[in-house]
Amino acid sequence: MAQEDTNVIDQPEVLRHKMVTIEISGKKYEVPEGITVIKALWHTGQEVVRGAGCLGGFCGACATYYRTKDDPKVRTCLACQMAVEDGMSFTIMPPFPARKALYDIQSLKDPKQDLFNLYPEAPLCRNCNACTEACPQKIDVREGVWKAVFGDFKSVSEMFMDCVMCGMCTPVCIADIAPNLVALYVSRAQGAHFTEKPQGLDIRIKEIQEGRYHDEWKKVLGMNEQELADHCATVK
Amino acid sequence: MDIHALQQIVHQTRDARRKQTIPKFSPADRDQLIHKYHPDYRATAYRPIRFGPNANDKTVVELAALLEGDSSIPENLDLTPQYTTDVLVVGGGGAGCAAALHAHASGARVILATKLRLGDSNSVMAQGGMQISVAPEDSPVTHFLDTLKGGHMQNDHELLKVMVEEGPSIAKWLIELGVLFDRQADGNLHVKKGGGSSKPRLLTCSDYTGLEIMRVLKDEVLNQKIQLLEFCAAVELLSDDNGQCSGAIFKDLDNQRHVIVAAKSVILATGGIGRLHIQGFPTSNHYGATGDGLCLSYRMGAQLDHIDTFQYHPSGAVYPEQLIGALVTEGIRSEGGHLVNAKGERFVNELDTRDVVSSSIIRECEEGRGIRTMSGRVGVWLDTPLLDAEHGPGTVEKHFPAMMMQFERFGIDISKDPVLIYPTLHYQNGGVKIDANSETNVKNLFVAGEASGGLHGRNRLMGNSLLDLMVFGKRSGLTAAARAVSMQQGKLTLNHLQRFRAEAKKHGSSSGVISPMILPAYTRKEPERTVTT
Repeated sequence: MAQEDTNVIDQPEVLRHKMVTIEISGKKYEVPEGITVIKALWHTGQEVVRGAGCLGGFCGACATYYRTKDDPKVRTCLACQMAVEDGMSFTIMPPFPARKALYDIQSLKDPKQDLFNLYPEAPLCRNCNACTEACPQKIDVREGVWKAVFGDFKSVSEMFMDCVMCGMCTPVCIADIAPNLVALYVSRAQGAHFTEKPQGLDIRIKEIQEGRYHDEWKKVLGMNEQELADHCATVK
Repeated sequence: MDIHALQQIVHQTRDARRKQTIPKFSPADRDQLIHKYHPDYRATAYRPIRFGPNANDKTVVELAALLEGDSSIPENLDLTPQYTTDVLVVGGGGAGCAAALHAHASGARVILATKLRLGDSNSVMAQGGMQISVAPEDSPVTHFLDTLKGGHMQNDHELLKVMVEEGPSIAKWLIELGVLFDRQADGNLHVKKGGGSSKPRLLTCSDYTGLEIMRVLKDEVLNQKIQLLEFCAAVELLSDDNGQCSGAIFKDLDNQRHVIVAAKSVILATGGIGRLHIQGFPTSNHYGATGDGLCLSYRMGAQLDHIDTFQYHPSGAVYPEQLIGALVTEGIRSEGGHLVNAKGERFVNELDTRDVVSSSIIRECEEGRGIRTMSGRVGVWLDTPLLDAEHGPGTVEKHFPAMMMQFERFGIDISKDPVLIYPTLHYQNGGVKIDANSETNVKNLFVAGEASGGLHGRNRLMGNSLLDLMVFGKRSGLTAAARAVSMQQGKLTLNHLQRFRAEAKKHGSSSGVISPMILPAYTRKEPERTVTT
């Protein structure tokens, strides 16, 4: 390849393929070092249907408990975003039967008060901090629950923008709160009820409805191929 | 040399590069570059489809095999339906959720079926934003012209006009549902400039735009109690005596049983094809992006459009190994991030269209100005620390928290070190041909979102996909729901499948594969040695 001949800056190719021993749901396997947890499952011949989604760290389908060698601490990760290492032990978590409240976000009269009807367990947080420690997205979940209860919806919506809804904060809660669902409600309420309406957007919608662009459309859509190409070229 | 040593040139040349402006290519140079380096022009990767609605049209070999593939369904299958509904939506991403919500809101009975969970899709990963012309200096017409230019003038004008004009009302709908778009100080929507666009037009939720929209839409689907069939993969459509669509057959992936659904209309919102790994490319796509909707509609007689063109996103991660193919958002380039070769030089206007930028990266690497990783992959630098240098410390962390975290997990601080990138298979530009209501040439069969074709021409502009999903999801949902009021449920037959099989036989039988693929075959088949010590 031309690349090999002319490339003066490249370093030589070195392929490593060191194997490490890991434990998947309590069973030992050898897999190449550094592959992701989800790839380790495929490598060991396991079919994955539940437990994989976007494979990009956004969907929360592959929330996993893991522990590394000689570390007593059990941690959480997203299986598509975590590299395996020697002595690592992990299990992908099945979905947890959390209760999601049902609501019509637009017709809420007093969203900050409604929180206590929809999620009456929310104010029962006992500050154990397990939810925060369980969050693979490093959100201060406990703080978020308290802010929700105290009505600081804006902060909650900002803190939980990283939330992938994996739900790992829920099984650890001793007060049976589902913090991610509480935060989702709070964020939607913040967007629908406590955020300023963008004036410019309404103006644009009205302009379109009133046919403000009618003449311009007529001109553009009436052009032949060449005229249109020339016209596009003038748009900078 | 390790990756850190190779990075030094990016730091050393930063100040000099900041003074440079790189002009965009002239139309002639741009065409020449694309023809020489863009994967769409590698003739050996393509072959004609042998039969069906697009017989003799060329597409990539991976897709041709699936389109000619056989169904898993025997013709004597008992077609007694387990479910009967007005509107059957297949797919739980952005287009599917939008279709289901709008159909439900107009009073139709709706079932949403998806082969993974509700929301598992590419939509959830969209980081760059959503193009909607809301800024005073912008207009739907300008949005139209930018998109047309980006699509090499091949876009369907009618579809495109519909999309740009309905954009602002979509933004309003999402805001009312509680989507938190970034705002200016005066409360108006903040807009960013995207590659190939002449005006700032990207609405964003930091770099979580798709995730934020999908969190809200998923929640709304649940709140509206729309019936869900999760982990149910569509494996065949059903047709009535007139060849019109009348339902679908699913395989329940939990128990392998068939599920028959009778529906007055079917909306396929099944997404793209990244997991086919066309031409061996890594992909930014989700686990289920296997082009199922294309195969299902093709067997039913639906025409495909622009099925020979795919989008290779310029910036897929090349390092670390775990992130290969994962997307590095275009937002970095929108905010001024440079692309830098191994010599420390810029080589393209970073805000040119995706096909141009991808082609130029491939050119740099093929001509030996790429950077090679320890595992043998090649790429070029994306100068992320430049953003902090340009707009002040903390900029990268504030504007790109998702990406910061993604790399932080592997010990890389992208606000201090540049990122190595190479094009990754990102989007199917074409798809099933639709009209302005998102319907195919097969009556009562709708296709919405990435699975459809025509809107984006031969190259989709950044930020137009999220809008496409919302607009055509909505239109398909509303049309299907309105029609349900006055129509009878059609008979359930496999006549179309008989026809397809007969035609396949005439052309020397099918390609030998069963389609749709449902999930990529990543599981290693040979037994793995269990450690005994």
